[in-house]
Amino acid sequence: MSTTTVPLATHSDQIQRYTFKERICHWLTGFAYLYCLVTGLAFYTPHLFWLALALGGGATSRYWHPFIGLEFFVAAIWMHRLWRRDVEITSADREWLDKAKNYATNQDNLLPPQDKFNAGQKLFYKAMYYGAFLLLLSGVLMWFPELVPAGFRWIRPIAIVLHECAALVTIGAFIIHLYMGLFTVPGSLTAMVTGYVSRDWARTHHRLWFEKPKG
Amino acid sequence: MSNGPLEIKAISGHAGTVPGHNASRDYPVAKLIDVTTCIGCKACEVACLEWNGYPFRETVFDNTYQTMPDLAWNYYNLIRFNEDLAPDGTFSWLMRKDGCLHCADPGCLRACPADGAIVQYANGIVDFQQDNCIGCQYCVTGCPFNIPKFNSETKKVHKCTLCSDRVGAGLEPACIKACPTGCLHFGSKEDMLDLAEKRVRQLKEHTSHKNAGVYNPSGVGGTHVMYVLHDIENPEKYGGLPKDPHIPLLVRAWKGPLKWLGNLAMIGGVLGVAVHYLRYGPKEVENSGDEVAKSK
Repeated sequence: MSTTTVPLATHSDQIQRYTFKERICHWLTGFAYLYCLVTGLAFYTPHLFWLALALGGGATSRYWHPFIGLEFFVAAIWMHRLWRRDVEITSADREWLDKAKNYATNQDNLLPPQDKFNAGQKLFYKAMYYGAFLLLLSGVLMWFPELVPAGFRWIRPIAIVLHECAALVTIGAFIIHLYMGLFTVPGSLTAMVTGYVSRDWARTHHRLWFEKPKG
Repeated sequence: MSNGPLEIKAISGHAGTVPGHNASRDYPVAKLIDVTTCIGCKACEVACLEWNGYPFRETVFDNTYQTMPDLAWNYYNLIRFNEDLAPDGTFSWLMRKDGCLHCADPGCLRACPADGAIVQYANGIVDFQQDNCIGCQYCVTGCPFNIPKFNSETKKVHKCTLCSDRVGAGLEPACIKACPTGCLHFGSKEDMLDLAEKRVRQLKEHTSHKNAGVYNPSGVGGTHVMYVLHDIENPEKYGGLPKDPHIPLLVRAWKGPLKWLGNLAMIGGVLGVAVHYLRYGPKEVENSGDEVAKSK
């Protein structure tokens, strides 16, 4: 049997997974997070300070980090408007989470069918979404420490430690997200770029979503 | 900020060995401020501005003789005025020259993430190198004395340099030069401690200041700017000098164990997914059979 390459533009055996809006929103949060991650790591440990130099110098990185962080937060709020119904944890998700080990070992046939996002994606979403609030709250205190009254100086180290802990949790989630998107689930990066997945891809990974009538 | 040939002991945010370490032999220096003989003339404030090239700024009146409420990025040296009523009814003015104490264990340097933005010389001077400063103000968080001040225009932090440029050239700090009562002294830390203890003994023996003592707090490893106080039991009344200053515990945790736990967790995470990929590889899409011809 010969394999014919179907031109992307026709999408004849493809279905749309992400709209243009969803993709723009995803990449606005994604690249903002990546910038804050790289500059943040530079401030986190001297062993990675060269990252700040690579991005235009320590002072430049420090200047832009909070602004891009703000952009990340705003884009995350937008994303919440787009996806908040899709990321609610359901009873099927609880069953999926109980059997998450099978997902990690690629025995996906043992898992209950999943909607637009699987339970792991929903957890990742929640880690980033609530992380964004913690990072904003502590980040503002770190942005303007001189506005913290002298009597409340003790709040400054708390803000820094909170910022780092929240960042570390999101970094853990981000490593897995990047790994899944780039390596473990072929087709998902293309989906986030073009918006389309194959019908087989949709049936395999998100059967409930696949079987729903699309408007 | 110094360009002098001082020997460097430690620098901030630096992963490797300290450049120039052990290149020369500098002995620890110290400034001694004998608060009991300060008359609050502010000559040291003026000398500091002159040497560092800053203009004299507007004063802020707050019902005392103090120039303004707090230090500023271009005002390293401020005489704090406080009125004190002793239990026996004796009234006194407490005047303390406030500024960086040049801790032996500097919280600012520990907190700083920028390579070489804060330098501790082997002679004990802790100096900010504004060229390397990134303006994050972590030093403000790390300092137990609330000394470093941020210039929001240049995004750089400044504080007293202990005139490292003068000391490097064999001169004493500008404030010492200006003091008319001799309440300011500069020399080796050993000599200054000796002088301070002599003065304390004198105060205890010949005056009513039986609680006199040397302020050289061990919580920050001792300081290279020391005070002789009439009442060492209550340093707070000298404009909020902390009795037992320490680098905040959270700053130590953040720069110590937390950083290493985080580093290990991140390296572990990246290695973890790499091993996972080698063991399990990518997920495969089930071929359903519909639209067979078009499935790849």
